[in-house]
Amino acid sequence: MHRLSEEYEALRKSVEDFAHDVVAPVIGDYYEREEFPYDIVRQMGRMGLFGLPIPEEHGGMGGDYFALCLALEELARVDSSVAITVEAAVSLGAMPIYRFGTDEQRAEWLPRLASGELLGAFGLTEPGGGSDVPGGMRTTARLDGGEWVINGTKAFITNSGTDITGVVGVAAITGERNGKPEISTILVPAGTPGFTVSKKYSKVGWSASDTRELSFSDCRVPAENLLGERGRGYAQFLQTLDEGRIAIAALSVGLAQGCVDESLGYVRDRHAFGKPIGAYQAIQFKIADMETRAFTARLAYYHAAEKMLAGEPFKKEAAIAKLVSSNAAMDNARDATQIFGGYGFMNEYPVGRFYRDAKILEIGEGTSEVQRMLIARQLGLNDL
Amino acid sequence: MEHARPARAPLGDGARRGERQARVNTGGRRLTMKSGINIVVCVKQVPDTATVRKLRAEDSTIDREDPNSSGVLNELDEYAIEEGLRLKEAHGGEVTILTMGPAKAAETIRKALAMGTDKAVHLMDPALHGSDAVQTSYAMAQTLKKIGFDLVILGSESTDARTGLLAAMLAERLGVPQLSLANKVVVDGSAISIHRVTDYGYDRVESSLPAVVSVVEKTNEPRYPRLKEIMAAKKKPVTTFGIADVEIDPGRIGLAGAYTEVAEFAVAPPRAAGVVVKDEGDGGVKVADFLTSKKFI
Repeated sequence: MHRLSEEYEALRKSVEDFAHDVVAPVIGDYYEREEFPYDIVRQMGRMGLFGLPIPEEHGGMGGDYFALCLALEELARVDSSVAITVEAAVSLGAMPIYRFGTDEQRAEWLPRLASGELLGAFGLTEPGGGSDVPGGMRTTARLDGGEWVINGTKAFITNSGTDITGVVGVAAITGERNGKPEISTILVPAGTPGFTVSKKYSKVGWSASDTRELSFSDCRVPAENLLGERGRGYAQFLQTLDEGRIAIAALSVGLAQGCVDESLGYVRDRHAFGKPIGAYQAIQFKIADMETRAFTARLAYYHAAEKMLAGEPFKKEAAIAKLVSSNAAMDNARDATQIFGGYGFMNEYPVGRFYRDAKILEIGEGTSEVQRMLIARQLGLNDL
Repeated sequence: MEHARPARAPLGDGARRGERQARVNTGGRRLTMKSGINIVVCVKQVPDTATVRKLRAEDSTIDREDPNSSGVLNELDEYAIEEGLRLKEAHGGEVTILTMGPAKAAETIRKALAMGTDKAVHLMDPALHGSDAVQTSYAMAQTLKKIGFDLVILGSESTDARTGLLAAMLAERLGVPQLSLANKVVVDGSAISIHRVTDYGYDRVESSLPAVVSVVEKTNEPRYPRLKEIMAAKKKPVTTFGIADVEIDPGRIGLAGAYTEVAEFAVAPPRAAGVVVKDEGDGGVKVADFLTSKKFI
């Protein structure tokens, strides 16, 4: 059922080796300096990570979304900043262009996004609205002389302000249909006049990733930059976010497993009262619980991905995977930090970084509360 | 296609940095190169250095089927593969993987193919079990004669036996020059030159092709297998030869006739405590003496 095929296993191992050899030795310093790791991104591009689910004819690796998830898990076992950089670039940046874009849009962006030469981003959340779409959305776009004129602000947008950011998909209200706001997605290339990228946020975690506030002030792009059909923006990002939940689940499982990896090493070396602390049941039970959480959360995301790739409905499974794996990440980060004691509170140890990186997993791409709403809705409880 | 040029004395900084010249006589052998270089990279599956490695009690050979010690592609061979791929990218041609080992070594072939090499040859025969370096070089040379080559590249040693003998022995058996311990490889037409790492800098060694080159770990940065090549690897041709296929004399291989014998073995003792230098005014000298004794300075 959930045994990896030879190809998936070879990919997993390749990314595991890469994360261990290339990311692990340097990422702590990038994190400390809150610096975007261009060199690591370049190398991830070289090994095809930004093109995993994109067909070869568009410059990708010809794999599927599960291949992306496996890579994200292995990256996040070592560091979540680089994992979220890939996740946002592929799942939120490139995939909507692949799924909904015209041939011209695909040809213009996909080869460079799939190779990691450029990064994509997606602007949905706004300062006054995250889960509450379209109610909280204020950004508008109107057609004027063959151009979209965009006005508004987007918040917490990953990959939107790097030197290699190529394009941002911006969700905007483009009119009204049957008394409801009509939402569309418009591709805005980096550097378009009227598109301003603010300085980086100071974040609790994911410190080596790029997250910005974006503002649009009479920003004009050609009418053909509309992504897919006008008025389909809401449906587009619901699909994007359903998939994205599986990717965030994979990333969460990676962090949860990374906590186990780090703890297993530490409890052998660290002695207290004459024994390695791993010899004490209090520690053993903690680690057993951590391993159990990571393992079961992994099964949940494998299962959701399996349904998705089979073309079956997977909304509930994706929500469950995201809920259970972000819980696992948070719980494991707390336990690993506790096992490390004072060292766990030091930024120079990976578990300190894991602790800071875990919280956002219960928030981004649908909060845990939203996941519960989705699960309850899938169980038919909304009709009561 | 450019042809071999006479060796030229290095100019400028090469000489200043301790470059020495050597030229290997190739006896004017004709190349098989028509379009690009026919490169064969010899690889070996070895026990993962990160796990506990075991020898079999019954015949003191490495337990290559030990489930607790996964077999991996010898780390130094990854540099050889990368160098082969880079030369192919620059000059065209083909990179063939050659390995000798039991059925399990097919895992290593798949990894090498997933790095982007073109095809593989697996020399596999129960009679080869226990062959030492002399016998292995004979078996490999027989295979290389059969499949043909312009350039054979090897890692400078394997991380299991660490004899580092195979490149030299192969070159001798094949009657071609050996360019050993390279950290830089340049092919120009049918000429090849390398930088051989030394204590004092490097030697520049030139020969014509065909040749055998062994590379050290500073040569390059081996690529990580990408999904596209991982999937393509399945469709690449792997030829399996038994000893009869490459005219190996069974009397010249195998444990019984090996020139070397493992007399006994023991588990390495745990690492002793390090040396603590107490600074009594002469701490710097003591540290320097220690580093000198270990050839760090």
